[in-house]
Amino acid sequence: MGQTFAEKILAQKAGLAEVVPGQIVEVTPDAALSHDNTAPISGIFRQIGVERVARPDIHVVVLDHACPAPTTKHAQNHKVIREFVADQGIESFFDVGRGVCHQVLAEEGFALPGRLVLGSDSHTPTAGAFGAFAAGIGRSEMAAIMATARIWLRVPESLKIVLHGRLRQGVTSKDLALHAIGDQGADGGLYQSVEWHGEGVEALDMEARMVIPNLMAEMGAKNSYIPPDEVTLNWLEGRARAPFEPVYPDPDAAYARVIEYDAGAIEPVVAKPHTVDNVAPLREVAGTHVDEAFLGTCTNGRLSDLAMAAGVLEGRQVAPGVRLIVIPASSEVYLAALDAGYLRTFVEAGAVIESPGCGPCMGNHLGVPAEGEVAVSTANRNFQGRMGTKESQVYLASPLVVAASAIAGELIHPQDL
Amino acid sequence: MTISGTVWKYGDDVNTDVIFPGKYTYTVSDPAEMGEHALEDLDPEFRFKVQPGDVIVAGKNFGCGSSREQAVKCLVARQVGAVIARSFARIYYRNCINNALPVIASPEAVDALEAGDEVEVDLEAGEIRTAKGTFAFPPLPEAVMGIFEAGGLIPYTRKRLGIED
Repeated sequence: MGQTFAEKILAQKAGLAEVVPGQIVEVTPDAALSHDNTAPISGIFRQIGVERVARPDIHVVVLDHACPAPTTKHAQNHKVIREFVADQGIESFFDVGRGVCHQVLAEEGFALPGRLVLGSDSHTPTAGAFGAFAAGIGRSEMAAIMATARIWLRVPESLKIVLHGRLRQGVTSKDLALHAIGDQGADGGLYQSVEWHGEGVEALDMEARMVIPNLMAEMGAKNSYIPPDEVTLNWLEGRARAPFEPVYPDPDAAYARVIEYDAGAIEPVVAKPHTVDNVAPLREVAGTHVDEAFLGTCTNGRLSDLAMAAGVLEGRQVAPGVRLIVIPASSEVYLAALDAGYLRTFVEAGAVIESPGCGPCMGNHLGVPAEGEVAVSTANRNFQGRMGTKESQVYLASPLVVAASAIAGELIHPQDL
Repeated sequence: MTISGTVWKYGDDVNTDVIFPGKYTYTVSDPAEMGEHALEDLDPEFRFKVQPGDVIVAGKNFGCGSSREQAVKCLVARQVGAVIARSFARIYYRNCINNALPVIASPEAVDALEAGDEVEVDLEAGEIRTAKGTFAFPPLPEAVMGIFEAGGLIPYTRKRLGIED
């Protein structure tokens, strides 16, 4: 019997000939990602009573959640982290302004085919777009990895999604991933390794691909995987920090389920308040008033997302009374958007551009909604209270829809502007 | 170890943002203060009325969303006895084990139990005992039980590294 991606890579990392779903294995991650939570993690690490981090070379620390610090308390938190990484010899440290951790991990060449990436952030599966096994863990677990470099993982069952055909014009990988979450539910891939295959996935560029594993966290997945190909290798050229060996599932691997979608039948969608699986076709909610539009995050803050939005905003104005917040996912994206003229387009349209990081995504700062307001966001979560107050409503949508809605002051697709 | 308390019942897909709001994740670090925000955006009464040993009973995918461990620690701070759900989000499930909060997947018990019911959870016997019947649940895998029995991942790691208390 053949092996799935998860079975094959976890067997390899555990030094076993083969593993089966449900089996507990002990492994050492190739990359261990943490962000602003590195401060509390360093505190837990000290409680363990070990002096030195076991493998400083595997840790990657990126400040992104509340950057630059909005309050003294947040600044203290960052200060603790700077001192900790310097003290422990953790060289892969990226300070405020470099970008959202999942984007930085990719740009800096840590998210590689065949690598095991664990992060104390639930959107760590993003790195699966490059063919890594990437999963989120808790803070105590990251502290234990600092102390021992080891962690237990349960080998997951695998879910295979095959995308036939290609997405239509005006339909993005955000619509595709939300469609799948709406169809399968918030626990549709619970504890599973979700593999994405097929012509429709192969046709996507690298940035569009990253949206899919990022959002699979919202379907309950442990990790999500897209087979590396030419597109992947081209993107990694000049970025990869280490040699890598792609891992592919066997053709006769056993999957818990196989789901097939016709890409041509997928239409623009939104996730309505207050859950990510509350997905509806955009046409059903078009015309809903919005007060704020947010373009950014680890889901949709990349150059191609900004390009899509700039294309819509060019020569147009954000509606009176509506604010459009733009946050490039990284400093690299920021500079590329600057060179391409997108930032000028945004500012001329009336948008506010903020520094790279998570921004208002989880309600910390840089443009949170007021009570009673409605936001349309390119982020990956719209839970009640997520953006700071439980009295606001958040719709999740593609960059195209967020840009168009900012102009119209209501939910709309650019094709209908 | 036997836990007894009153049931607090919730629905499906209870996410970590309503268990412990994201806006507090870098400003609240004291466990007792975390407890003051427990379930703040789900059930505003909970944090004022929960008693030590009380049990949370919920539907599928409990703890979905963020990996934030405060969503477990805030319940531990309020001395919640156990969480019983139809199923759990995976990081939340791991975080419970790592903080030695008893975590039980039992769809049958969830179907039977209602808010205000009295329950007894016997971890050794693997039984949830109530006036509405007894529900068996399988023990944790052996490799994971060690973490739970040590009182969580941090004491477990100390023990494993031979660090004396």
